[in-house]
Amino acid sequence: MSGNSEIKDRYLKLYKDNIERISGNSSPYINFFREAAFEKFKTLGVPSKKDEAYKYTNLDTFFEHDYKSYFMPAPSDFKKAEEFRCDVPDLDTHGIILLNGFYPTIYDKLRQLPSGVWIGSLNEAAIKFPDKIEKHYGKYAQSETDGLIHLNTSLASDGVFVYVPEGVTLTKPVQVVNLVQSEEDMFNQHRNLVIVEKNAEISLIVCDHTLSPQKFLTNAVTEVFVGENSHFDIIRVQNEHNNACKITHTFIHQEKESVTSSNNITLHGGLIRNSTYHYLGGEKAESYSYGLFLTDKWQHVDNYVNVDHAFPNCTSNQLFKGVLDDMSTGAFAGRILVRKDAQGTNAYQKNNNILLTDDARMFTKPQLEIYADDVKCSHGATIGQLDDDALFYLRSRGINKRDARLMLMFGFAHELIKNIKIEPLRDRMDNLVMQRLKGELSRCASCLVKCDNLQNK
Amino acid sequence: MLVINNLKASIEGKNILKGVNLEIKPGEIHAIMGPNGSGKSTLASVLAGRDLVKVTEGSVTYFGKNLLEMSAEDRAKEGIFLGFQYPIEIPGVSMVNFMKAAVNEQRKHKGLEPLSASDFLKMMREKKELVEIDSKLANRSVNEGFSGGEKKKNEIFQMAMLEPKLAILDETDSGLDIDALRVVANGVNKIKRPDNSFIVITHYQRLLDYIVPDVVHVLYDGRIVKTAGKELALELEEKGYDWIKKEVENNILA
Repeated sequence: MSGNSEIKDRYLKLYKDNIERISGNSSPYINFFREAAFEKFKTLGVPSKKDEAYKYTNLDTFFEHDYKSYFMPAPSDFKKAEEFRCDVPDLDTHGIILLNGFYPTIYDKLRQLPSGVWIGSLNEAAIKFPDKIEKHYGKYAQSETDGLIHLNTSLASDGVFVYVPEGVTLTKPVQVVNLVQSEEDMFNQHRNLVIVEKNAEISLIVCDHTLSPQKFLTNAVTEVFVGENSHFDIIRVQNEHNNACKITHTFIHQEKESVTSSNNITLHGGLIRNSTYHYLGGEKAESYSYGLFLTDKWQHVDNYVNVDHAFPNCTSNQLFKGVLDDMSTGAFAGRILVRKDAQGTNAYQKNNNILLTDDARMFTKPQLEIYADDVKCSHGATIGQLDDDALFYLRSRGINKRDARLMLMFGFAHELIKNIKIEPLRDRMDNLVMQRLKGELSRCASCLVKCDNLQNK
Repeated sequence: MLVINNLKASIEGKNILKGVNLEIKPGEIHAIMGPNGSGKSTLASVLAGRDLVKVTEGSVTYFGKNLLEMSAEDRAKEGIFLGFQYPIEIPGVSMVNFMKAAVNEQRKHKGLEPLSASDFLKMMREKKELVEIDSKLANRSVNEGFSGGEKKKNEIFQMAMLEPKLAILDETDSGLDIDALRVVANGVNKIKRPDNSFIVITHYQRLLDYIVPDVVHVLYDGRIVKTAGKELALELEEKGYDWIKKEVENNILA
């Protein structure tokens, strides 16, 4: 037993108070997992700093809080969410909006795109495609240590569903905009499932936003299945206010010869924890895990990566970077597990951080467990200040100190932005990162969503 | 243009420059030679405004202004350029953005409008041709993954872009093969005008076959101990520095 017992009691009550209502709105297959998951949560509890994987992240202040509501959507909410539009210039996507974790549309809850791709509500998909759900739901989000994953399974009822059939390449990315908006402090959880059958290809953009200043706690789980010889990219852009806590768990299961990338870009947020699990479940699979965060004030960002090399001749690469200002803190933990039979593994990990003040702190921890002998593996971590030599080099060309510092920070961040393959999004990210570094980016100005509606109220 | 008077400077408490006197007039090329550790790079750093070096005594006047009071960036805007002995790699910052920022800062200082994107690219193209650098280099991050020769050529390219009044080239020839050396020297000769000056710091005479100096100085133990015409470089090449050291020691004894 671990975790704080008062917190646990709070969530036991939440479960009891809501389980009937939630089950009543969900498909039987999703309900099927709830009880066992909740038993697991009861055993594990909310992770505390005693848990190795959460050593540097204190979730207590967000989990102790008394949230007034556990959201269930009303029709008026659906209408509100439909009015939002993404305003990234030239970014052409298939859009999905989630409001407080729910797919906010009454009609057309599942849309069919060209070539038989389906996108929409997970809850709806569970009714319409029980065979697909039964094959994949709950199969990849496994954990013997993290109670939050089980808390999600026990209570989440909706989220995004994406299905890409065999042999299909979706040229336009799918964009999920997660909106959190409420008049009361709110806890919400959603559950996403992405199925990419073999020889298929898709990019997913996920934008996390808070649209009202209340205290929010989000605990989201995403499961992704990537079939043989398929390509899957996920880019998550997080831009939330300082009073919001976002916890994401992303499980990417790969079959042989598949290639995936994950890129978490955290522009703003109160407390953010991103756990990304890459399971290389077939020969010659490749996974790339990237992350960038920019923090200031009292923000805290924690990236946790777990790469599981279960089969031979796979490649994985992790690159995470942070720029920390004021008294903000950050953490990175990267686990690489190379199983006994995973000969010919290439696994790399790099974590570089810049501290802009004496008060900012960064904790970084590699964790390599290697049971095979024919393995190429490397890891490196740096925590430092801006390079004085580089700063002088720029200044010696007439660039003033402030701009030279900005240029160096931007260059540092751009190394991750450049991995975004979707050009308009890459340009936009460069732009937002520059604004963020200049201190010009307020939560609203940076929002990828048009908030006119909100401001006019 | 530049008057250095009894300049003394230290790095981390260690005295490096022990009273340098030097005057440079418009249009002149001065070579500064000398054995390792004599203070050549420190002198270059002082002139470019590196904080690491502490000036303890003396003065440097540049076009009548006190150079030592100016920040590194202001010196650059006023026309001082340092070609680095070890150019710095800056991942993630493209050459284009770097040069655009530098050129436009300089223009702003002169009260000129920033260059339009197309004028700027045209300028880049012309200067690249002038100094014979590979056009692909300009699309990469600053010096990232450049070979030693490419880095030095890139310094000359930046010099061509910024058109300095006083360029200080700190061992730009070190580590270059003969072809790269020729490119670097030709670049300098093309940029050379009657009103701009160069300080060429080098160990070897061979660069001075291509860039012909008006004056050659020998810096030894933090002082300029000998000044003569270009023939001094040949003499140094032939005889090494030992005879200079002896001369200095004899002078002190006398």
